[in-house]
Amino acid sequence: MKDSGRFGIFGGRYVPETLIQALDELEGAYLAARVDEAFQHAYNEVLLNYVGRPTLLYRAERLSAKLGGATILLKREDLNHTGAHKINNALGQALLAKRMGKKRLVAETGAGQHGVAAATAAALFGMECVVYMGEQDMGRQALNVFRIRMLGAEVVPVCSGSATLKDAANEAIRAWVTNCRDTFYLLGSAVGPHPYPTLVRDLQSVIGKEARAQSLQLLGRLPDILIACVGGGSNAIGLFHPFLADETVRMIGVEPAGKGLETQEHAATLTMGTPGILHGTLSYLLQDEYGQISPVHSVSAGLDYPGVGPEHSYLKSIGRAEYATITDEEALAAFALLTRTEGIIPALESAHAVAHAVKIAPQYDSETVILVNLSGRGDKDVQAVAKLREVAAG
Amino acid sequence: MNKLENRMNELKRAGKKALIAFLTAGDPNLAVSAKLLNVLAENGADVIELGVPFSDPLADGPVLQASAVRALAAGITLDDVFLLAVRFCEKFATPLVLLAYYNTIYRRGVEQFCREAAEAGFSAIVVPDLPYEEAGRLDLATASTGLINIRFLAPTTRESRMERICKSSAGFIYCVTVTGVTGQRSSLDPGMQTLLAKARKYTDLPLALGFGISTPEQAATAAAAADAVIVGSALVAQIENVKDPAEKCVVAGTFISSLKRAIEGGTQEFA
Ligand SMILES: Cc1ncc(COP(=O)(O)O)c(C=O)c1O
Repeated sequence: MKDSGRFGIFGGRYVPETLIQALDELEGAYLAARVDEAFQHAYNEVLLNYVGRPTLLYRAERLSAKLGGATILLKREDLNHTGAHKINNALGQALLAKRMGKKRLVAETGAGQHGVAAATAAALFGMECVVYMGEQDMGRQALNVFRIRMLGAEVVPVCSGSATLKDAANEAIRAWVTNCRDTFYLLGSAVGPHPYPTLVRDLQSVIGKEARAQSLQLLGRLPDILIACVGGGSNAIGLFHPFLADETVRMIGVEPAGKGLETQEHAATLTMGTPGILHGTLSYLLQDEYGQISPVHSVSAGLDYPGVGPEHSYLKSIGRAEYATITDEEALAAFALLTRTEGIIPALESAHAVAHAVKIAPQYDSETVILVNLSGRGDKDVQAVAKLREVAAG
Repeated sequence: MNKLENRMNELKRAGKKALIAFLTAGDPNLAVSAKLLNVLAENGADVIELGVPFSDPLADGPVLQASAVRALAAGITLDDVFLLAVRFCEKFATPLVLLAYYNTIYRRGVEQFCREAAEAGFSAIVVPDLPYEEAGRLDLATASTGLINIRFLAPTTRESRMERICKSSAGFIYCVTVTGVTGQRSSLDPGMQTLLAKARKYTDLPLALGFGISTPEQAATAAAAADAVIVGSALVAQIENVKDPAEKCVVAGTFISSLKRAIEGGTQEFA
């Protein structure tokens, strides 16, 4: 059955006519793959024997003790091959591309984790790969730029607009419009025109499925609260989706408050935005009164995005999920805290989720279980954090 | 009848092809933009397409992106675009088509946007990121305000969709000549002939070719094959580096009249 591509009023397909055929083909291929055992087997196989899934559900005892409240569990997506949840989606889409006979991938990237994941998938399956990346992000995520190039993909610097994730997505879509007959657009988050939000959510749902089963095994019950950071929203929707029917489970998406919600320098789309259309989907947006997309800011390149996936807009609208915010400063503090108490260096994106757990854990006792999605590891951020510290130390 | 439909019909009866000239409203500023519109009308543009500058123009190549950046830097808003149209319509009968990305329309409110556009004097709206399937709300709003929602066909459009798009169209059909974004091309895509032939099976409406038409020669070829030719990036590229406003107008006027001559010559040649 054809999916409507709508989550309440959100979602849809707002793209140039040229892309409709490509999106229809993608949707058709995905619907077929979803019920094809051979495809599912190939995907599960690569998750198991290449990515290293399932990832651990780790009880962060020292962190929990230090905060003196709720019990904190970490879903260790940072332990995936290439270091973040992004690989779950990239490999699934690359398998789909292969099935569709496409040999060339284009992708956008912010933090570079999706770029690395796409380049990795291209190397593994013998495909060509072009990654669009904002110039500002190429500076602050330099390690990932090297990795992408090392893997044999081309990195195209994007200097239009704010030279960050939004602009990289614009360029990737333009490149796709131009080459849509032979090129597969490997979109990195649960955003974009239908069927991407559904496709990416399904591929990332492995996070929530595992976490749910692991919680039952570890605790004999479900966690009370789920926390995940929200850029485009893929790691969050991947965690949340398998728990949607579990009414006792609270879900909190964490958006970047940057330098503060009272400044213009944040990227808290659901918290501060209004509905609108960007990158082919109707969802919450940070925009001005005329519908011009606002310049946004987050210390974390992967969260520095003025839009958000349409399913999150829907979950917010029906009150099923809540959305909180964490500032740059709070995220940096959580980055340091997790590193020192647990010996785990989180990605700055994931540090936002950790920071929110740090904030609320003391309100509860140890009977309350908070499950935090540790979406990625922080190696890519070490240099940028060191530089920020130097600046702070004067 | 709608002013745009009238103009297209007149041209058809006279056996002429239409020249549709595109400019971003407010590039480089409101005053010069107003003068340029007059120049287009005076030098042979049969229809003028005016773009609302948008921060994230997905369907545009570098030339029109830069054009939008200049207009936004000059502080141009949707209200200014409407004002430009009002002023223009006081002096000229040339029909105006408003190009806007859907977020601009959605943000203003689809119905209010259409009311204001019609009041400002626009005859039609063209939305590069709103495919047929998503156009229901805009179609209702344009219909109730006497505007036309111009639809696109692309080289990748399936024939089954093409039929639905053609049958629900009015004014003209915007046939995208290339698989890609706006911008100049060194040659026309030969696939455009196939697209036009397929579309012709489903409609008698004027077929307009646009995206990438860069030179008078290409305009002549396109005009010979279609009913109308849309030129945007090439016009902007001609004037973007000309600083002096008066000279900008001269360059724009010269270019438009050269396109017009080529199109008329082309018509005769292939008649
Ligand atoms: C480790 C990590 N977490 C989270 C994100 C944010 O993306 P999303 O909201 O799609 O999970 C990114 C994006 O680059 C990332 O690299």
